[in-house]
Amino acid sequence: MIEPFSALTARTAVLPVDNVDTDQIIPARFLTTTQRTGLGRHLFADWRRDAGNRPREDFVLNRPEAEGARILVAGRNFGCGSSREHAPWALLDYGFRAVISTEIADIFRSNALRNGLLPVVLDTEAHAWLMAHPGAEITIDLRDCTVRLESGREAGFEVEAFARHCMLNGVDPLGWLLGQEPAIEAYEARGACPA
Amino acid sequence: MSAPRTLFRKVWDRHVVVPETAETPAVLYIDLHLVHEVTSPQAFAALRERGLKVRRPERTLATVDHSIPTDDGSWAEGLGEMDPAARYQVRMLGDNCGRAGVRLFGVNSSRRGIVHVIGPEQGATQPGMTIVCGDSHTTTHGAFGALAFGIGTTEVGHVLATQCLLQRMPRTLLVELHGQLAPGVTAKDVILAVIGRIGVDGGTGHVIEFRGAAVDAMSMDERMTLCNMAIEAGARAGMVAPDETTFAYLDGRPMAPRGADWDRAVAEWRQLRSDPGATYDRSVSIDVSELEPQVTWGTDPGMVMPVSGRIPATVSSGQRKALDYMGLKPGAAIAGQPIQLVFIGSCTNSRLSDLRAAAALLRGRRVAPGVRALVVPGSQQTRREAEAEGLDRVFLEAGAEWHQSGCSLCIAMNGDRAAAGQYVVSTSNRNFEGRQGQGARTLLASPLTAAASAITGKVADPRPLLEEGRRIA
Repeated sequence: MIEPFSALTARTAVLPVDNVDTDQIIPARFLTTTQRTGLGRHLFADWRRDAGNRPREDFVLNRPEAEGARILVAGRNFGCGSSREHAPWALLDYGFRAVISTEIADIFRSNALRNGLLPVVLDTEAHAWLMAHPGAEITIDLRDCTVRLESGREAGFEVEAFARHCMLNGVDPLGWLLGQEPAIEAYEARGACPA
Repeated sequence: MSAPRTLFRKVWDRHVVVPETAETPAVLYIDLHLVHEVTSPQAFAALRERGLKVRRPERTLATVDHSIPTDDGSWAEGLGEMDPAARYQVRMLGDNCGRAGVRLFGVNSSRRGIVHVIGPEQGATQPGMTIVCGDSHTTTHGAFGALAFGIGTTEVGHVLATQCLLQRMPRTLLVELHGQLAPGVTAKDVILAVIGRIGVDGGTGHVIEFRGAAVDAMSMDERMTLCNMAIEAGARAGMVAPDETTFAYLDGRPMAPRGADWDRAVAEWRQLRSDPGATYDRSVSIDVSELEPQVTWGTDPGMVMPVSGRIPATVSSGQRKALDYMGLKPGAAIAGQPIQLVFIGSCTNSRLSDLRAAAALLRGRRVAPGVRALVVPGSQQTRREAEAEGLDRVFLEAGAEWHQSGCSLCIAMNGDRAAAGQYVVSTSNRNFEGRQGQGARTLLASPLTAAASAITGKVADPRPLLEEGRRIA
């Protein structure tokens, strides 16, 4: 079951890179696992550590100000590429609960929502403010779909209604889908395409 | 009279089990669920935890492709040297499929191969179907007029348990491809140019329909290359309306309908065209007549240029970061860049016609000294077909390696990988940092460009070599 998400007040870490693909979020060599846990140590593996496995000091997550950040702010088109759900698993296991961008790739967004990682798409102005204020403490409120930045500055965002309901209440969508069994049987009886 | 509908809308409407409302997405029926070893174990485990069964095993087809080695040495040792975690994953797939009654083309199957190669090859992929897989390149199957898209592991579980997915209806993007491709220019060059034009997020939230004279003229292999990389433009799916080329490809395939069923199916498939007057949310029109072979120079597929061109002289900070990774300079030419590795394979370009194209250039020539060239067929069947034509001998005599099928160097998780700093001309789909190995530098291109580059040891335009071949012939 996913952890319910209503409002989160936390500091941000800012990754000022566009088109962050899921191969960067977690490289393919870590996908031989059959578990969904413990992947946080591989998050951004090749950006966090060099070939000799030493931390790259210039990478945002290795800097002291990123310690304890639970909201990742990144450039546009975050999560593009591979459909690996290991990407949101790794972000969550590392400690992130939300990702903010001006655009989030379709499959990543869906995977994030299914796991309780909130994908937030903001307008460019609010996003630019966040990029310029790394480490800012902000509040993401899923109840009214608003991000509160500094005092007097806030921005709205949209989340698909059913996914929002599921995240707010910790509802597993599979339970709802299983409840559609009579409609699924009726559909098959009407004549689904041949298998 | 009903409103004119797009190809996408016809396939979507046919599969709505429960219509979407403001509160809930549509429940969409899935005709074919393709499964592989890497993104399925956690889904099968989730079903077990809840005491759920695979609802329609006969609509599920599994194979192993991502994590299995492709070199003969590994196979000669019975995969004994295979990474233990990967081997466990492969075993889990066997166990999971065995328990659920899911058909598996496993390690020892002659029908094994890359999931997006074997679906069409076996005739499992058919027009008008909804097809999903825990793999983003599921878009490949849209070449048949199917609605096919990648999903995550949680949704793999949803489909295993209910044969359905919760989906909001995506928007539509028409990509019209006019004109006729020049010799030496391929579907791979077209899709790279399309991504260069609309951007790596140009298709986000959309299903692309590819249409126009250039698409009509393409073989199924070429249409698959086109739709395969729709995801690299961020699109949910890519689709091509089925036509005589599609039907001729499917006729007689093991899992395709036969006899009266075939005739009925084809009659239905003929309806799968966008109606005149059907509207799209967006559209783009491209004349491909003047198109050159394309090569990427950066770390996403949108950083692409004609092989005779130069890298942009002024670059953004993101492009600068990409060039630093690639060890390339703004304003430099790409042709002539020395390379160390060539990869001909992947779900983008590992089909028989791709291998024939590469062999046409390599026949009677040699891979340049210091260059390693891997040719990795998309499936064991493709491998046998290529060998029946003697293509394996062409590659081996040229000094290239001839492998067992699999994802291989497209995704560095199976033993095939490039070393840090190496330049790889690759027929795969992603030039992301580290995709082919930590620090490896990928240049995406067509099989022709890859073969020409293998021969010259540098990024090379294949057209002069094709010309030379014709003069000799």
